[in-house]
Amino acid sequence: MNTTRRTVLKGATASGVLAGLIATGALRPTQVLAAEWNKAAFESKDATAALKGIGAAAATESKDLVIKVPDIAENGAVVPVDVTSNIPNTSSIVIMVVRNPFPLSAQFDFANGALPEVSARLKLNETSMVRALAKADGKFYSVQKEVKVTVGGCGG
Amino acid sequence: MADPMKIRATMKGDVAEIRVLMSHPMESGLRKDAAGNAVPAHFIQSMAVEVGGKKIVDGQLAGSVSRNPVFGFKMKGAKAGDKVVVNWVDSKGDKRTDEAAIA
Amino acid sequence: MQHRVIGALCAMAVMGGVFAQTPRKPAAKPAAQAAPAPTAEAKDAATLEFEKFRAEMEDSNPAELFEAKGEEFWKSRHGPKNVSLAESCDLGQGVGKIEGAYVKMPRYFADADSVMDAERRIVWCMVEKQGFKFDDIAKRPFANENFTPDITNLVTYVAGHSRSMKVDVPLKDPKVREAYEIGKEMAAYRAGPYDFSCNTCHGSDGKRIRMQNLPNLSTPKGAMSGVQGWPGYRMTGGVMLTHQWRMGDCFRQQRFPQPKYASDAVAYLLTYMIGNANGEVYKGPGIKR
Repeated sequence: MNTTRRTVLKGATASGVLAGLIATGALRPTQVLAAEWNKAAFESKDATAALKGIGAAAATESKDLVIKVPDIAENGAVVPVDVTSNIPNTSSIVIMVVRNPFPLSAQFDFANGALPEVSARLKLNETSMVRALAKADGKFYSVQKEVKVTVGGCGG
Repeated sequence: MADPMKIRATMKGDVAEIRVLMSHPMESGLRKDAAGNAVPAHFIQSMAVEVGGKKIVDGQLAGSVSRNPVFGFKMKGAKAGDKVVVNWVDSKGDKRTDEAAIA
Repeated sequence: MQHRVIGALCAMAVMGGVFAQTPRKPAAKPAAQAAPAPTAEAKDAATLEFEKFRAEMEDSNPAELFEAKGEEFWKSRHGPKNVSLAESCDLGQGVGKIEGAYVKMPRYFADADSVMDAERRIVWCMVEKQGFKFDDIAKRPFANENFTPDITNLVTYVAGHSRSMKVDVPLKDPKVREAYEIGKEMAAYRAGPYDFSCNTCHGSDGKRIRMQNLPNLSTPKGAMSGVQGWPGYRMTGGVMLTHQWRMGDCFRQQRFPQPKYASDAVAYLLTYMIGNANGEVYKGPGIKR
């Protein structure tokens, strides 16, 4: 990580500095937008701590949040996960694999017309609940579904 | 130097569907290699998708995202020809930016 | 090491299913278990569940990343002779032409006086046209987690240009027909410490290893499901592997000596297998468990 760049960005209300950097090509606008990685949450070793880490300790179960995962994974190394939120004003979707050594897998923040919907592929260490959370108007909603992980065959 | 991403962006009605394939080992740091040695963590930590100059997705990822990650996103308000830019930064500070146009 | 252990387990799992069905030598193998083999029609819940996600997995297949690398190699100059394959390599459809070339191989190439599958032919081009040494390519012909050979990317690229096309191995060509017949015999040849043949696992319907159904390669649909897999992105390890690799791995699982890379033997087997898939539609590089 480029610490100098970080420092510049953090103090970048003096946007003249930033504009200058962009103009010279030292910084591309897209790089400026990258979110700060939530280290504490991602390095939490249990789901409760991870939820706390993203500020979702008090999530409510919701049927308007839809998770699509296989009942049985063909391969635990590549488990397709689709999450769609029908909750109005959803601004983020978070995916957790409850029994993974580090449960928090991904967080996506949406803006500018993005639909609150994402598909990804995750590693499951073992059979586990896969939990999706949606953040809407500052509140968290959740849904979960179990995925069984089995030992497969060989060659393919 | 990281390999290029593959970005596919297509209009389906008034919704733009964006599919991104990334070339990355996504090592969680928890795995051992064939010789029994721990493989150090090396995974994409943040990514962003920008369409027509505006950021639509800001993502943070863990090492539990599968190797060679695949993501799908959707948005409204885009049109064919709009530029899609995707970038990522990994845990070693390596980064990659690629772009495509919505078809 | 771990790989080897898994291989041994696989062989035992096969024996369970296989000997339950065709008890030719039931007493000889103590590890054999009497597990009822499901029929091809009666798909279990797990198989149906895998299939539900198959289209999505195929639609967004990391194999595309390898296709892109193969394209770059194909179009740029390489090797001691500093030529590109695009300007020198004939895959049977004319120099540099790749549209539909993959599904029309193996075929007979007069310049090499051999029947060649796609991978063998591209290797031949790299050696003859670009000046690479065969032994250098054959030293590390297949991918692992840290390395993907150029040839794998190239095969994936070429295969990607036969998407949605029908398999059309020219079996009317007498040389190809001869290769097919030898391949057919090879597939039926039982040997090794377990007295296996290719057909032990892949010669009739309803066989499986653990959760995976085993295709019957003697039928068009069964052969196609094999052909469809390779080159394929293997979810285990996240590596791109070719049909040549898969043949070698079958030999390994049968406890046979490894066939030589890009040899007649592999080309014959592939001619039999891909020839059996004639008329079926190829969907492009695969994604495998």
